[in-house]
Amino acid sequence: MRNLINILDLSVEEIDELIRVADDILEQPEKYREVCRHRILATLFYEPSTRTRLSFESAMLSLGGEVLGFSEASSSSAAKGESVADTIAIVSGYADIIAMRHPKEGAPIVAARHTRVPVINAGDGGHYHPTQTLADLMTIHHEKGRFDNLTIGLCGDLKFGRTVHSLIEAMSRYEGIKFVLISPEELKLPSFVKKEYIKDKGIPYRQSTSLDEVIADLDILYMTRVQKERFFNEEDYLRLKDSYILTTEKMKLAKEDMIVMHPLPRVNEISTAVDDDPRACYFRQTYYGKLMRMALIMKLLEIQV
Amino acid sequence: MKIDAIKNGIVIDHITAGCGMQIYNMLGLDKLDCSVAIIKNAPSLKTGKKDIIKIDSHIDLNLDIISFLSPNATVNIIENEVCVEKRSVDLPERLVNIIRCKNPRCITTTEQEIRHEFILSDRAKREYRCIYCDTKANP
Repeated sequence: MRNLINILDLSVEEIDELIRVADDILEQPEKYREVCRHRILATLFYEPSTRTRLSFESAMLSLGGEVLGFSEASSSSAAKGESVADTIAIVSGYADIIAMRHPKEGAPIVAARHTRVPVINAGDGGHYHPTQTLADLMTIHHEKGRFDNLTIGLCGDLKFGRTVHSLIEAMSRYEGIKFVLISPEELKLPSFVKKEYIKDKGIPYRQSTSLDEVIADLDILYMTRVQKERFFNEEDYLRLKDSYILTTEKMKLAKEDMIVMHPLPRVNEISTAVDDDPRACYFRQTYYGKLMRMALIMKLLEIQV
Repeated sequence: MKIDAIKNGIVIDHITAGCGMQIYNMLGLDKLDCSVAIIKNAPSLKTGKKDIIKIDSHIDLNLDIISFLSPNATVNIIENEVCVEKRSVDLPERLVNIIRCKNPRCITTTEQEIRHEFILSDRAKREYRCIYCDTKANP
């Protein structure tokens, strides 16, 4: 039985295989409509996340399966003080696979220790979010056609932005990657992520506090939201939330084939006027995410078509 | 300063100066009925100063605690006033239920009866990481 806690739990070859399956689902969705019939996905969301939860549920329903679960801790037994370990032990008896989001970092590791069915980490605090990374990789595959020789700009909250950490980990395994880290001083990439996945691997990188200065060099611009829920102090959040706003003016400085990605939801860091630019692919990214979650559910349930 | 030699027991020697009290507390030596002596800032040829703990009894010690806090310490087993065994300690690859994660966002802050586990991530820096949230921990 396999779990997915961190994107590095999947080898490059396994990610390629998931992308092949997702591509096939895109081409021939009818082939997959019944493959999870009589299988149940439990979505245990201890903190709200409309898009990720709906993406998982839509993925399972599109495979012919069923879904159950809760969408916030207050509507679960966690509100009565039940531990993650106990909840997972119980839900393991109700479902064939679990997707879990929890505000505490490392909660899916606890879940993996107590489960009898595969557990997918759907985000644990500011830590990991591997299925977002699968969505990101599918987007890069479709929009850029390759994973190597790319200059990737990561902009915004690089400190608490778990999608950024997971994407860096995943892309650091490919050849010819360069990273450009764009953030205010207070939200810089944690030193251990930089050391382990960039410096120690000899990957070229550059840090900047200005998006305008570096945007022309980028093949991919990965925007992130400054997340209010990651701050203990509202003053810090208010001071930093508008650090970077992508506008049509800034897009004029970018390459013709640069793509703009965003894990969503956005608040105001991308002007809505940018949505009409064909280089803006964040809405397509969500659809790719659903396809990859379908492929992942099938893989973890060991279903082959 | 003179402290009597112990007859049967354990001497933890070469403790990094200043770490003796912390080791005493973390090993739970305050709960022992036998004599226990802590010597602080004893002269040391190697390091100038060191701490020493003498325990006048044979007890099970968690060597991981000693090696985490003072990797150069030695543990001497004394029988009939003679040192019959000298053990050096090494940084353990894994610490279980010895320290707690300081990250307020870590699952260990809320989950009941969870094992607090850290793995050695950088031997040269004596740096450990929480297995749940990757937060750094140093002695």
